[in-house]
Amino acid sequence: MADNPNPNLDAETPATPPKKKGVKRRAFLIGSALLAGGGAFGLYWGDSSARSRAKALTETGKDHNFLSWMKIGEDDRVTVYSPHIDFGQGSHTGLAQMLADELDADWSKVRVEQAPADSAFANTPLGRGFLAEVSGAPGVINALPTAIISMITRSMPLQITGGSSALRFTGQVGMRTVGAAVRLALIEEAAARLGVPANELTTADSKVSHAKSGKSLRYGELAAGAAGRSLESSPKLKDRKDYKLIGKPIARADIPAKVDGSAVYGIDFKLPNMRVATISAAPVRGGKLLSVDEKPAMAVSGVEKVVRLDDAVIVVAKGYWQALKGLQALAPKFSDGGHSGVSTASIYAAQDALRKAGKPDNEGGEGDVDAAFGAAGAKLIEADYRVPFLHHAMMEPFALTAQFKGGKLEFWGGLQDPLSARVRAAKAADIDVDDVVFHPMIMGGGFGRRFPDVTEIIDQVAILAKQVPYPVKLIWSREEEVQHGTYRPQSSAHLKAALDKNGKIAAWRTDYVQSGDAEAETSFIYAIPATSRRHFNYQSNQIDGPWRSVNSTQIGFYNESFMDELALASGQDAYQFRRKHLPEGSRYQKVLDEVAKRSGWGSELPKGVGRGIAIVESFGTIVAEVVEATTKDDGSPKLLKAWAVVDCGTTVNPLNAEAQISGGMIMGLSSAIGEAINIDKGAVVESNLADYQILKLADAPPMIDVHFIESGAKMGGIGEPGVPPASAALANALFAATGKRIRTLPMLTQAKA
Amino acid sequence: MAVSLNVNGKPVNVTAEPDTPLLWVLREELALTGTKFGCGVAACGACSVHVNGEITRSCSIAVADVAGKSVTTIEGLKSADGTLHKVQQAWIDAQVPQCGYCQSGQIMAAVALIQKTGSPSDAQIDEAMTNICRCGTYPRIRKAIVSATGRAAAAVKGDA
Repeated sequence: MADNPNPNLDAETPATPPKKKGVKRRAFLIGSALLAGGGAFGLYWGDSSARSRAKALTETGKDHNFLSWMKIGEDDRVTVYSPHIDFGQGSHTGLAQMLADELDADWSKVRVEQAPADSAFANTPLGRGFLAEVSGAPGVINALPTAIISMITRSMPLQITGGSSALRFTGQVGMRTVGAAVRLALIEEAAARLGVPANELTTADSKVSHAKSGKSLRYGELAAGAAGRSLESSPKLKDRKDYKLIGKPIARADIPAKVDGSAVYGIDFKLPNMRVATISAAPVRGGKLLSVDEKPAMAVSGVEKVVRLDDAVIVVAKGYWQALKGLQALAPKFSDGGHSGVSTASIYAAQDALRKAGKPDNEGGEGDVDAAFGAAGAKLIEADYRVPFLHHAMMEPFALTAQFKGGKLEFWGGLQDPLSARVRAAKAADIDVDDVVFHPMIMGGGFGRRFPDVTEIIDQVAILAKQVPYPVKLIWSREEEVQHGTYRPQSSAHLKAALDKNGKIAAWRTDYVQSGDAEAETSFIYAIPATSRRHFNYQSNQIDGPWRSVNSTQIGFYNESFMDELALASGQDAYQFRRKHLPEGSRYQKVLDEVAKRSGWGSELPKGVGRGIAIVESFGTIVAEVVEATTKDDGSPKLLKAWAVVDCGTTVNPLNAEAQISGGMIMGLSSAIGEAINIDKGAVVESNLADYQILKLADAPPMIDVHFIESGAKMGGIGEPGVPPASAALANALFAATGKRIRTLPMLTQAKA
Repeated sequence: MAVSLNVNGKPVNVTAEPDTPLLWVLREELALTGTKFGCGVAACGACSVHVNGEITRSCSIAVADVAGKSVTTIEGLKSADGTLHKVQQAWIDAQVPQCGYCQSGQIMAAVALIQKTGSPSDAQIDEAMTNICRCGTYPRIRKAIVSATGRAAAAVKGDA
């Protein structure tokens, strides 16, 4: 697919050929009401009828701040409202860079604020109209909670943070357009005030200047008048060569508060007279609370109340420690929901049986794979892969504070979609969503765990708050958090390919079993005449959720491990073998070539050291990674060096992009080496960070070389795409080092000689 | 049954029961929420503080056991005039934090390491920095520790 050198507002188109439904996206801009001391500008989305509804909505004065994306103060200060939560991915700074660049704003006067979680959007026909248009499928709107894992609904209108969507959707479509349109309004206002033609005016550093007369006006002086002007709906955006802020390594504004302890996360929030609670839910997912004698907890000093939920027991106390002691004093009886026979092994066995039964639930691909497998001279290669449940293990355990007063619920904390969080809380508390206020706070990680549709703590705290006369903060212990995750699904796959006499892949079939079809989300990048990807649906008693990079992690592991096996079977170099199955001159080839070059691919390594390569496209971004590794005495992997080459089209903030790719790669390596959630008798075996093994500094690669190719292609995501190639690159490196092919994750000590 | 200790240079009397972990006394009684709860079992290091200068996981030490001792938390690292500790400044310069939740503990661990070793070697950094960072900021943590001690950047393996 040809690279697109120009920024545009079309929907994401993957760089791969798979047939995906086209998505249309149109934006309309309307100037909104004036704010005291400056101008506020709003961007609304939808068709023309939605536009008039939006206008009516804002002009009634109801919630007109909500849809405002920015304001300019009379002191020139520009405030950008981000609909995304920044949990460390740096999107707030990136979004502001994009808007401010188009606006020609003085960066020192720009700040970013979290947009409030307001109901006006998700619950108005406007929101629905926008979503229907974007998705091309109105049904998606009604299925919103589950649609979170679909690509379409990940964009900004719902305040969802996920799918690496902030910069590529919100930024490209929203922030840049708003910045450019407001800039034009400021020019128009200046032209009127100065009595000169608009085309004689230029903008820079938050000023409009007229060279001929030497006059200039500050944005702050122009803001009030400009805000009353109608905004251009599709202003021309800057060419790459004119970027002043996009692409610059600007320091993140949130960092100083994160090094001196002053940043306030959800778990840090406090209200006067607040109590603290902690919870124990049925150890087996699907189990219910049968009985609990609350007396032992009530006997603990500081404990005030024991609350029974359908599937859990909560202890409320003056402080966390007292609540925890109270909880530990209890001996609640839970049912197992009939899942006592579920184990890690039973899940794999059930998955194998399902695959062997041969009735896929979904199928993608093209060409006649079976014919190619049966062709004379075809060399058939097959392999089975398995990956376990993975836990997010965000560093901040779940904590929400809630207060129920006068029929209204107010709550505070960190969730990936503030608007649907309100909807869920309203449902749990059995009140109208308009009677729920949610205050989004900084999150200590998320990685997919904080999507409200999989976040039961919202229900728990909403129900709890109704039963106590004071504000209450519900904190999950780490044990609770590890054992009641919404894990990346345990998944297994059988891969089969036919090699022709020229050492090229004639046909490829992936049969994978897990909850959730990955076809729409994952890219198959190789040009192979016949391909088949068959999904067999399997759901255990666990709740599966999106884990950073979602299905691209395990599918990436399957594909890129198998590519190495095919290269070996045909006696070819793993890099060259991949290269010849990628379109000539494609972005894929360039990314692969660059990582090979930077890593010194093919150069000699000491005995016992191996190099592995992998390339995966996810969330619109192509990432190739090389890992150099050996084994420790116990056979566990020792990472020596790592490289990543990334084509995400345009890098908005290279400092931050590097951090995201490097961090993503470490998360991928960590999961491959030691992470697994195991199930026994229906319950999770691991209980804390002592036995859910996350990579530490000493075991991380001491060096990760991250390089970006500024192709100018459609902007891809950056938060997730660093993860998927990592596990396969490491497995391939270990094979090169030891001759052992690891097909089941985690690797642990499997490479032991 | 008050326990007396010194926190960030100030004497304090706390009323929490003696078995209460120092972490919860800091967070809930003294409102020093920069020290984080991560695991409660000393596995992750998010709660790291200094007790009489020694790096200590505050989730796993009872407040009674720090009676009469000096505790330094992340809030106590700045000098009296508000100047950041050189390690905090190095953290900003290297743009270390992502979500930031573990970074108080990481910084406390790094400060203790530097106080002990002056200029830690890579092996000493590996050994001392056992705090978990789920965002994977390790290469920048290594870089910040090294730059805070003035070691030449060229000598650093982890210059990512």
